[in-house]
Amino acid sequence: MALVNVTINGVPVQAENGALLIEVARQNGIEIPAFCYYEGMSLQAACRMCLVEVEKAPKLMAGCTLPVAEGMVVRTESEPVVKARKTTLEFLLSNHPLDCPVCDKGGECELQDMTFKYGVGESRFTEVKQHVPEKQWSPVVFYDAPRCILCYRCVRVCNEGMGVGALGISYRGVNAEIIPSHGDHLECDECGSCIDICPVGSLTSGIYRYKTRPWEMEHVGTVCTHCSNGCKTTLGVRNNEIIRGNNRDKSGINGEFLCVKGRYAFDFTQHPERLQTPLVRNEAGELEPASWSRALKLVAEKFKALAGPDFGVIGSTRTTNEENYLLQKFARTALGTHSIDHHRTGDVVTLIDALSGKTGQLAALEDLYTSKAVLVVASDLAQQHPLLAGKIRANFRHHKAAVYTVTPGPVREDKIARRSIRIAEADSLAGVEQLREALAKEAELVIVFGDAVQGDKVRQLVGFGESLGIPVKYIALVDYANSRGALDMGLLPGLAPGYHAAAPGRSLQQMLDDSSLAALWVVGANPLKGGRKLAASGAFVVVQDLFLTETAQCADVVLPAASAYEKNGTVTNVCGQVQRLKKGVETVGAKTDLAIIGLLARGMGVNLGKVDADAVFAEIAATVPGYNQLPMPVILTGGAAQTHPVNGGVPASLVPGLIASARDTLFTTGSLTRYSKILNEVLEKPGALYR
Amino acid sequence: MTFSPELEAKFADLITHYPEGRQRAALIPMLMFGQEEVGSITNEFMAEVARRLGLTPMQVDEVVGYYSMLHKKPMGKYHVQVCTNVACMLRGGAELYDQACHKLGLGHKEVSADGLVSLEEVECMGACSWAPAVQVNFDFHHEVTADQLDTILEGLKK
Ligand code: SF4
Ligand code: SF4
Ligand code: SF4
Ligand code: FES
Ligand code: FES
Repeated sequence: MALVNVTINGVPVQAENGALLIEVARQNGIEIPAFCYYEGMSLQAACRMCLVEVEKAPKLMAGCTLPVAEGMVVRTESEPVVKARKTTLEFLLSNHPLDCPVCDKGGECELQDMTFKYGVGESRFTEVKQHVPEKQWSPVVFYDAPRCILCYRCVRVCNEGMGVGALGISYRGVNAEIIPSHGDHLECDECGSCIDICPVGSLTSGIYRYKTRPWEMEHVGTVCTHCSNGCKTTLGVRNNEIIRGNNRDKSGINGEFLCVKGRYAFDFTQHPERLQTPLVRNEAGELEPASWSRALKLVAEKFKALAGPDFGVIGSTRTTNEENYLLQKFARTALGTHSIDHHRTGDVVTLIDALSGKTGQLAALEDLYTSKAVLVVASDLAQQHPLLAGKIRANFRHHKAAVYTVTPGPVREDKIARRSIRIAEADSLAGVEQLREALAKEAELVIVFGDAVQGDKVRQLVGFGESLGIPVKYIALVDYANSRGALDMGLLPGLAPGYHAAAPGRSLQQMLDDSSLAALWVVGANPLKGGRKLAASGAFVVVQDLFLTETAQCADVVLPAASAYEKNGTVTNVCGQVQRLKKGVETVGAKTDLAIIGLLARGMGVNLGKVDADAVFAEIAATVPGYNQLPMPVILTGGAAQTHPVNGGVPASLVPGLIASARDTLFTTGSLTRYSKILNEVLEKPGALYR
Repeated sequence: MTFSPELEAKFADLITHYPEGRQRAALIPMLMFGQEEVGSITNEFMAEVARRLGLTPMQVDEVVGYYSMLHKKPMGKYHVQVCTNVACMLRGGAELYDQACHKLGLGHKEVSADGLVSLEEVECMGACSWAPAVQVNFDFHHEVTADQLDTILEGLKK
């Protein structure tokens, strides 16, 4: 695009013709204050805070909607501008309660900041302020109309960002206020984006309100532990308690995006049923509390005695890469077993096999935002992969991306889709075939597919992609925070870290069904959920978990584990992007799985090398194919780096096992969220569309 | 939701008044005419109009809240609207409104127990030249005096 010359505050700058003045100024380090303007959202021009003086223009202009043109001379802080801003603020404050001392937003409020900056200490309004009581719209969303400056940010983020459209503005003049979708309450995604984006303290969060002042918290940047999308979240921590989660600094792959789980469902860490001491089954057959030293000693002795091919190990989809790596290393070396697996939720293994010999075909999250076309197969993305769905929506909004869906029922993505095919999951590929002509006309494509496409169907899908004659990338959807890391780190029978060959062993199902199993070590998983039974009734069972799960209840020894918010390490998201976890809080009595594995190794006299997250990660980076070229500075500074796994010559058919997604919706992820009080309160209609 | 054939014909005609793709412009007249027949703007009615114009129910709700002549609950058989905006206020509109409140024993947007009469304090209705103005349903009364108001209100019988 052509460049034009613009002068801002006497400084000559160059900018793309037609770019918005507010953005041009920002890029050149000049702030034009704005309440209603919000990067990435549609323009509103509702607040008049961004007025600037433009030479030859008859009056002040709104910088948020003004496209720059050749020779434009702009002053952003001249006397008339400052006067206008003061007046705007005076107006905004005319009915504002000025209850900053008790307002959640105090200290982080844009209205407060601007009032401070422009020194609007006096008002000509002496009338009694209009007051209306605060309203609670849902367990997590509260609205205080008097504080609202009617900037429409919440309305737009809900419409455009979330694709929900649960908020509107109604009534008129001083009575104008935000209204929720269902008269007096909200039925929506409950994502809290509206609360975060509100420049003032008008929308407040059920879990955070009146709890703290922002400056009393420590801010810990880590990764959400609830799904595989891997949103970066900044935990607000005070007195060893997580008080809020958000990502206002837009660091990380998700920008500001968080769904209800990421923003609210960290309270499971504080649940009264959290295990805080090891439990050992006594002679009466009951689990009783034991000291760590006693429990570890017992387990180490037993492990030593039972090590061998009949030892089963089930790993987790939530533990870190380091923990997963160390677990399989320990199992395959010290425990002498090849029976290691985890709950698999998507067929990444076959995808990587099908892409053997090709590079650059595993999509990163960003591809969903930049690709000209996206095809969603057999997944209710907005419910099951909120961030991925959000990226596609943004791509549609900003780049008019062509979206296609092939799903059994209606999904939110239909609304932006060029074509939607309704077809049973089992027939997904036939549905995809119906789109052949349209897809072949696209310049490029990202195909996102759920667990209904597994085994040979993955190969057929890749074959279909190849036959289109355009560049195609793929995402095999998996459920949990580190599902991908579990696969990458070789928590699989027959596959070592990096999809390389290992000796064959039992799959998860085979372990549960094999009556000759001598021991079962379950780290952060719940394979006996839903009343499943372990065939080997005499096996020695050790479970590491946060809670006394169905599996833990059957264990001989239960070891209390730390959650993802309580540890350092790395996790890999659904697109194979590695990010760093940072410890936010601690739960007394619990240990990280890494520490537990290390202590057990020590108890058995096994040398696993240095057992700390950084050291193990260094080993991963040095030895695991796909992880060896990660740009470390990116990860260390809280960014995401994509791995490039390649199949190590092991046909996927040699990896036995079941692949089944739990089909969790926005309001469920089973094992963790059932211990989230707040998530259970907002459990309105799991799976509903809210379109 | 079904409407009378007359209203359906009205709706069908209204939609043709606006250029292709701008059918949402028919929203306000549809709500106004529909309110007459349905009795008030119900959720079901809003959802139906939203569906027909390709809007979300929330977008319809926003408009209904904005315009005071659109009512979510049924008003009386006779809906008395007294203007208290600038022109009318200067010529006694506010006093007329007070008088109506006392005489009817009703407040803003309240309906008499028998459902016969309702009262509303309204914004300018474009009759400033003949202020103060009072409107009953769709009938205008101009340059209304206190006595005239009494007569108007007393005339509101079944
Ligand atoms: S969906 Fe999210 S942004 Fe929309 S109203 Fe609900 S909580 Fe707010
Ligand atoms: S609630 Fe907040 S975000 Fe929404 S319009 Fe009011 S001030 Fe803006
Ligand atoms: S989309 Fe997934 S990773 Fe992001 S906040 Fe929600 S649960 Fe967490
Ligand atoms: S930022 Fe320009 S009018 Fe609000
Ligand atoms: S001010 Fe009353 S009709 Fe205009």
